[in-house]
Amino acid sequence: MSRRRAEQPVVPPAEFTSYYGKPILNQPTWASPDIPGYLFLGGLAGGASLLAAGADLTGRDVLGRTAKAGALTAGLVSVAALIHDLGRPARFLNMMRVFKVTSPMSVGSWLLGGYVPAAGVAAVTALTGRLPRLGAVATAGAAVLGPGVAAYTAALISNTAVPAWHDGYPEMPFVFTGSGMMAAGGLGMLSGLLPGAGPGEAEPARNLALLGAAMEAAAFERMEHRIGMVAEPYSRGRGGGYVKAGKALAILGAGGAALSRRSPVATAVSGVALILASAATRWGIFHAGLASAADPKYTVVPQRQRLNERTLAASRALDAD
Amino acid sequence: MSADGQRTVTWLPEIRRGGFRGALYGDTDPADLCGYPDHPPRMGFFTDTSVCIGCKACEVACKEWNSVPEAGLDLLGMSYDNTGGLGADTWRHVAFIEQRKPVAAPDAGVAREGASDQLRWLMAADVCKHCTHAACLDACPTGALFRTEFGTVVVQEDICNGCGYCVPACPYGVIDQRKDDGRAWKCTLCYDRIGDGMEPACAKACPTDSIQFGPLDELRERADARLAQLHAAGVADAQLYGRDPDDGVAGDGAFFLLLDEPEVYGLPPDPVVTTRDIPSMWRHVGTAAAVMAAGAVAAFAAATLGGQR
Repeated sequence: MSRRRAEQPVVPPAEFTSYYGKPILNQPTWASPDIPGYLFLGGLAGGASLLAAGADLTGRDVLGRTAKAGALTAGLVSVAALIHDLGRPARFLNMMRVFKVTSPMSVGSWLLGGYVPAAGVAAVTALTGRLPRLGAVATAGAAVLGPGVAAYTAALISNTAVPAWHDGYPEMPFVFTGSGMMAAGGLGMLSGLLPGAGPGEAEPARNLALLGAAMEAAAFERMEHRIGMVAEPYSRGRGGGYVKAGKALAILGAGGAALSRRSPVATAVSGVALILASAATRWGIFHAGLASAADPKYTVVPQRQRLNERTLAASRALDAD
Repeated sequence: MSADGQRTVTWLPEIRRGGFRGALYGDTDPADLCGYPDHPPRMGFFTDTSVCIGCKACEVACKEWNSVPEAGLDLLGMSYDNTGGLGADTWRHVAFIEQRKPVAAPDAGVAREGASDQLRWLMAADVCKHCTHAACLDACPTGALFRTEFGTVVVQEDICNGCGYCVPACPYGVIDQRKDDGRAWKCTLCYDRIGDGMEPACAKACPTDSIQFGPLDELRERADARLAQLHAAGVADAQLYGRDPDDGVAGDGAFFLLLDEPEVYGLPPDPVVTTRDIPSMWRHVGTAAAVMAAGAVAAFAAATLGGQR
C-alpha cells in the first residue's frame, strides 16, 4: 500500500505546486521557550525601564524599585535564553566581533550590551540605596535604550524569509512595543499592592498597560488584515491557539485594570493577566512563524502570484508596443 | 579584513561604496562591493538539468571532498530521491520528479512523437545559490559568513557560534545548523579547490556536464545559448532560474536551466533577499520605539493630571 503510494507521480492536485509537499525553507532552529521567551522578556524589560525612569521623576519609589528589579531580571534572563539557544554558547562573544546594520541580531547584541549593564546598575543602586547619582544616570540610560530593546526583536524575526514574520514587518514593531508596554504595565500594577505604596503609586503603570494592550491589539489586527493568506497561521494551529489565549488574557487584564481600580485582588489578577497576555502573543507569533515556514504554500503561493502578475504586466506592455 | 585576506562584511564600508540601497539590492559585483581590490572574476555554477541523469555523483563527490557527515540513510518514497533536500549535511541534492507531461528527449531536446501521456522524469542537482545579495550573509551577526574574492559565500567554521539566524534568512532553504555540532554549514563552492585553480568536486564528478563551473559571465552566455537551442527544439517549458541580475537576489552565482516551474523542483518561484526591506524595518522599529517612549510619558502625565497623586 505505502509502496504503491510512493511510486505515484508526485504533484499534488492543490492550487500550488511543491516538491513532494516539502517546505521550501529550512525550519528555523530557534527553540521554545528560549526565543519566544527572549522576545517577551525584551519587551517587558524595555517597558519596565521606562516606568522606572518615570517613577523616579514623579517620586514613586515602590514602582521605581519594582520596575528596576523587573527590568534587570528580564534583561538577564533574556540574555541567558539567547546564549542558551546558541549552537555554540561558549562563542557568545563572537556576537561582538562586528557591528552590522543588516543583522538585527548584531544590532540587538550591542543594544543589550549597553542596556543590561545600565539596567543592572539602576536596579542595584535602587535596591541598596548606594550611589544615587550613578543610579539616576543608569536609570536614564536604561530608559533611553529600553524602547529599542523592546522594538528591535520585531526586526529580528521579520528580517527572515519566514512568510508570516517577514510580511508583517511594518506592524510587527508596534505589536512588540505595545506588548512590552502591556507586560511592564502589568508588572508595575503589582507594585501598588506592595507595602509602602502610596495612593496612585501604580497609576502610570495601569495607564501604560491599557495603552499597550490597545496598541498591540490594533497593530496585530492591522497586520493580519494586510498580509492576507500568509496570516493564516496566526489564527490556526499552535500559533493561533497562543494568539487567541493572548487576546483573551489581554481583554481580561485590560478590563480588570480599567474597571476595578480599588480592588487589590482585581489589580493583582489583571496585572498577572497582562503579563501572561504579552507572553502568549510572543509564543503565538513564534509558533505561527514556524508553521508558515513549514508549509510550502505560504512561500509558493504569494511568490507565484507576484511572478504571474509581473509576467502578465510585461506581456501587456509588449502587446501595447 | 582578517589576517589571511578574507573580507569580513560589516556593511559600513559597503554602504559607503554602494549606498544603502546598492549594498542591499540590485545588480552589482559582490566582490567589488566588498572592497576586494584586484579580484578574480565571479565564479559560479550553471546546472543544466536537461542533461542530468540523476547519478548523484555530485552528492557523493561533495561529501567525500568536504568530509560532510552522513545525513541519514532513509528511504523517503520520493522517486529516487532518498536525500530529501539541502541542509547542513547535504550540500548537493539531486531532486527526482515524476510527471505525466509530453516528454522531451533530454540529449537533443527533440520532442518525442505520440508521447503526450508518457511519464517524464525530471532530475536536478540543487546547491547553494551563492546569491549576489545573500540574506544569510547579511543576517550573520558574527561575520562568520563572508564574501570571497570569487563572489561566493562561505561560512568560517571557527567563527560561527550557531545562532541560527542564517537558517530562516535563506529564501531557498539551503543553509542549516548541524545538530550535534551546533554550527551552520553549507556549500562553499569548494573554496579550497577553486583557490587552487581546480573546479569544485561536484562539477568535476558530473559525467554529463550538467554541472558546469566557470566565470559567471561565461556561464550566463552558455546558458542563454542552451536555452535558445532547447526553445528552438520545441521544449517550451525550458527556463533559466537565478540567471537574471534583476531578480529579487540580483541573480544567483549558481543558477539553473529547468524544464518546469521552479516550485516543481522545490525552489521558490520569486525569492527576494529579506534585507531589501531592512531600511524600512529599522524605520518602523524606530517609530515604534519612539511611540513606546511617548506612551510612557503620556501614562505618567495622565496619572499626574488625573490628580491621583
